[in-house]
Amino acid sequence: MPPEPAVAETAAPRTGPGGLEEVAAEPGVAKPDPILVVDGVCRRFGGLVAVDVAHLEVQRGTICALIGPNGAGKTTLFNQLTGFDRPDAGRWTFDGQALERPSAHRSARAGMVRTFQLTKALSKMSVLDNIRLAAPGQRGERVLSGLAPWRWRSEEAAITERAGTLLERFGLAAMAGDYAGTLSGGQRKLLELARALMAEPRLLMLDEPMAGVNPALTQSLLGHITDLRDAGMTVLFVEHDMDVVMGISDWVVCMAEGSVIAEGPPAAVGNNERVVDAYLGTHRSAAAEEGEG
Amino acid sequence: MDLAGALGEALRVGIGPQAAAYAVAAIGLNLHFGYTGLLNFGHVGFFLVGAYGAAITVDAGGSLWLGIGVGLLASVALALVLGVPTLRLRADYLAIVTIAVAEILRLVVRANAARPLTGGVFGIRAVAGSFYDLNPIPPGTYGALGLVFSHRSLWVIIAGWTLAGACTVVVWALVRSPWGRVLRAIREDEDAARSLGKNVFAYKLQSLVLGGALGALAGILLMINQQSVVPDTYLAVLTFYTYTVLILGGTGTTWGPIVGSIVFWFLTQLTESLLRQAVQSGSLGGLFDVQDLAALRFALVGLGLILLMVFRPQGIFGRRAELQLDAT
Repeated sequence: MPPEPAVAETAAPRTGPGGLEEVAAEPGVAKPDPILVVDGVCRRFGGLVAVDVAHLEVQRGTICALIGPNGAGKTTLFNQLTGFDRPDAGRWTFDGQALERPSAHRSARAGMVRTFQLTKALSKMSVLDNIRLAAPGQRGERVLSGLAPWRWRSEEAAITERAGTLLERFGLAAMAGDYAGTLSGGQRKLLELARALMAEPRLLMLDEPMAGVNPALTQSLLGHITDLRDAGMTVLFVEHDMDVVMGISDWVVCMAEGSVIAEGPPAAVGNNERVVDAYLGTHRSAAAEEGEG
Repeated sequence: MDLAGALGEALRVGIGPQAAAYAVAAIGLNLHFGYTGLLNFGHVGFFLVGAYGAAITVDAGGSLWLGIGVGLLASVALALVLGVPTLRLRADYLAIVTIAVAEILRLVVRANAARPLTGGVFGIRAVAGSFYDLNPIPPGTYGALGLVFSHRSLWVIIAGWTLAGACTVVVWALVRSPWGRVLRAIREDEDAARSLGKNVFAYKLQSLVLGGALGALAGILLMINQQSVVPDTYLAVLTFYTYTVLILGGTGTTWGPIVGSIVFWFLTQLTESLLRQAVQSGSLGGLFDVQDLAALRFALVGLGLILLMVFRPQGIFGRRAELQLDAT
């Protein structure tokens, strides 16, 4: 589709989904400029097929939501793509680069950085150290260089400055010296997001970034995420809060029982019959429940 | 009761070669357990390969320095054998494998079949002569304040504590670097470290190798002090003495291992001296005799450690605030 990139370039103020206006809302549809292309990823646990995604593309520079009822395989798919679990079959390319069953750290170094459903703050390290840790390719992280401070001191100063900017942006600067374990749940979500950004991702994968976060902080997190998108980042996130999903996503992918059953712009997916069925059960049982209630 | 004598004896042991060796061992274990969170329950296995590596080399006609190199190489090999299969798995697998391998190593070196090489149950004797030949201290006895050492033990003490000091400085420099920051991140949550692009397996293996080499140095120091290697001294309890030293001083602290070792051996000796006096003077009413002393002193030291865990669980140098974070 040659005209698509031209559309994205000329649209100076972003009005809609970046380059996705003319993409059909059907599962596995091809996108004009995908950063991630997933093919035939399958993961079984015994007899249970947890993930079976035939084809999925994530458009560069957009916010893409991954929704679905509990047990749909969203987090499992995240785990396959980020190397935290090995799929039984399947391959994917990230930014044109084929990743063959990458280990978790390789996947992160390639630019796919994820966060976790249950936040993983490094409790007994300072907030600042949590962030500094994430800087990629540090010379001082090699054991022999570690012994030679003159080899990493200037690099460390640059990292500290970048970390300071991120802490400032996420309102954590005042806690820089505190143990991360003393932060509240919401602050930990912010810390995790800041830490993921420090790792210089090209695709940010957030697993339920709003879970357990109060409404005011949710707004601030949403603001951060849309700001990132506007700065050119691609965001793929799993979320259960439909207001959040409908509010910020450019594109929504719905999974059920391991497969992608629908995708499209938020409004289209919200009205999709199969999506409603997946959340509420089949038409018949939904009608029965209504009758009982 | 001769309190001054008991204190003097306790101080002698507290700053003696054995305490220096355990300080070095605890510095290595601190790297494993304190900074990386590796549960190494077979530290004595590193003592053993270090000491036997050196002793067998000397016995075969090599120099002690070559022997120390062989002992260190053996410890690196042991760390790889222990680490490569287990470090990708959950933490408890390393614990199980290390405790078993340490015991297997002891049984192997004491086996009859290994006798030509290891001397079997009798071990190898007179292996550290060249170390004492280097002694620059003129023969005689030296001391002050009632502490008297021969020139030989003074030489081992100086060498031992110099080694402990050097190890402390190297480990301090390592753990304050970005490399050490990755180790601490792995201790806190290895999946988080992975998600940020850190090769967790490689870091764990580096930590295991470095800490294991320090264990081997401790084993060599003990061998030099005793002038021999005897298989049945390498019991699992030595690993737990090292843990005690480390926890007493404070895990994950710079000076914890050295101070922990001094305090541990001081208290152990003090308890034994006082008990011995009490038994000999009959003030315990004949309830215990001299053979019970070794067991009794560890019962009392154990009681002291329980009290320490109740009132100062972070150890001498640890920070209580860190410990309280575990509860959340």
